[in-house]
Amino acid sequence: MLRYTLTRTGSLLISLIVASLVIFFTLEVVPGDPASFMLGINAQPETIAALREELGLNQSPWARYLSWITDLVQGDLGTSYTYRSPVSEIVAERLVISLPLAAYALALTILIAFPVGIWAATRRGSFADISVMGGTQLGIAIPNFWFAMLMVLVFAINLRWFSAGGFPGWDEGFWVSIKALTLPAISLALPQASILARVMRSSLLDTLDEDYIRTARAKGLTKGQALRGHALRNALIPVLTIIGLQFSFLLAGAIIIENVFFLPGLGRLVFQAISQRDLIVVESVVMLLVFAVIMVNFLVDLAYSWVDPRLRGRR
Amino acid sequence: MRNLVLGLSLTVLFVLGAVISFLWTPYDHTSLEIANKLKPPSLAHWFGTDHLGRDILSMIMVGARTSIAVAIVAVGIGITLGVPLGLLAAAKSGSWLDEVIMRSNDLIFAFPSLLIAIMITAVFGPSAVNAIIAIGIFNIPVFARVTRGAALSLWTRDYVLAARVAGKGGFRISVEHILPNVMNLLIVQGTIQFSLGILAEAALSYVGLGAQPPTPSWGRMLADSQTLFMLAPHITLFPGFAILLTVLGLNLAGDGLRDLIDPKLRRGAR
Repeated sequence: MLRYTLTRTGSLLISLIVASLVIFFTLEVVPGDPASFMLGINAQPETIAALREELGLNQSPWARYLSWITDLVQGDLGTSYTYRSPVSEIVAERLVISLPLAAYALALTILIAFPVGIWAATRRGSFADISVMGGTQLGIAIPNFWFAMLMVLVFAINLRWFSAGGFPGWDEGFWVSIKALTLPAISLALPQASILARVMRSSLLDTLDEDYIRTARAKGLTKGQALRGHALRNALIPVLTIIGLQFSFLLAGAIIIENVFFLPGLGRLVFQAISQRDLIVVESVVMLLVFAVIMVNFLVDLAYSWVDPRLRGRR
Repeated sequence: MRNLVLGLSLTVLFVLGAVISFLWTPYDHTSLEIANKLKPPSLAHWFGTDHLGRDILSMIMVGARTSIAVAIVAVGIGITLGVPLGLLAAAKSGSWLDEVIMRSNDLIFAFPSLLIAIMITAVFGPSAVNAIIAIGIFNIPVFARVTRGAALSLWTRDYVLAARVAGKGGFRISVEHILPNVMNLLIVQGTIQFSLGILAEAALSYVGLGAQPPTPSWGRMLADSQTLFMLAPHITLFPGFAILLTVLGLNLAGDGLRDLIDPKLRRGAR
């Protein structure tokens, strides 16, 4: 277990380093000088030169990469070119929207997918099963931003149950904010819940075929007892992997959905930063998201090998 | 089987729409008729008109070209780079080369694809070509992984052993014996990646990072409709259904093909 943890940690570190190199040097080739962009077209060349010096733009790319990465490790994300304030503060302001949104959507995904998947698997071939399979096909094929627009049309404009967009801020009260995140979370969750329900169903169908389920039934357990006591737990392994992967889809998908609902989250921050050539913000946000995704997958891997020792030898 | 027929019919319908649009569309998709703007569906304009009075059916037909072109090239990138990498990794399985290829695959997987697509289009400017590259890059590890996985089991077969005894090298075995046998799987995976490509293109165009005006694209039609769809829901409904039905058709076709090719998976229709 220790050996496995160490090798996995090693490859985690390599992944993070390579990811940071890719992100930094991709953005390095962006045309346009941040200093002249910040000061506008009427700026004096001397002022631009002074600002370039202040921002450290005159150093070699490698030197800037090293100082970026050492600051990053210490939790200092640098100073935004346009906002002139610490990136960590700006990001934190946006994270309080994006993170709850992703968590809310993940919770909905699981709450929908588990019962639906189990329900379909235990009624294999029935009308219920077939409609679940058809419904999830639709859920996978629907573009989530379009689904979001349809929900705005129905629930915000026609029924007036929700507002069409915007975020009041957590100060306005917990439930008000949760309500503002509900339509975005549902539209993020729908495709992921469809995928997860299908995985849950097929994984459960596989375990229900196993000999130990027949043994459990033979020794007198009811179908429900065998399901709860033996099948579910074993069916969860592939389901967990998918949940880990879905976290990254939820984070990235939030970028698009935040645009539909005018939510001031990380996604909108990235778009603004790109159009303002605020590279340090783009770099930090992208790195943060990639870090989160790599970490989640690492933890899922470790959690598995802890639960299932057979997996330690693989890879 | 029903799925396959339904899926293929939907797919063919949209490919036909795109092909016909080269020869004929009900109206010129660029002609503006401001007096006729936001007209609901009618006999003259089957799908209605948009905020500039353009015929939505014509725009959807021409937009299908963009979606199909982007998705085909993106899948092409994935296959031409991913399949050789997968074959190589399988032929040298266990070596450092295999390790490097598979670890780099994991790394690309770790990036939220949409985020990197946004980064690439941000750096090199929004355009259909950059959208293709951004989507295509993420197809490489998918095809590499599928190819390697299937190829690994093929390498243990007797006919590969026979080929080795006959003196064929790793390259010839990969090309002559492994590749033809993983082809089926690649076709299935290709259909799935094709549908994902259409969804990704729509999302990128929706946020303004895909095909640029005047090239019509379904994603941008949805973006254009965003401020007006309360007044005229049809301008949102038709492009959305176009995306939904195309993706649905490709997914059903992919599932159907898989069942057809590998009957073992068919039991219990999963």
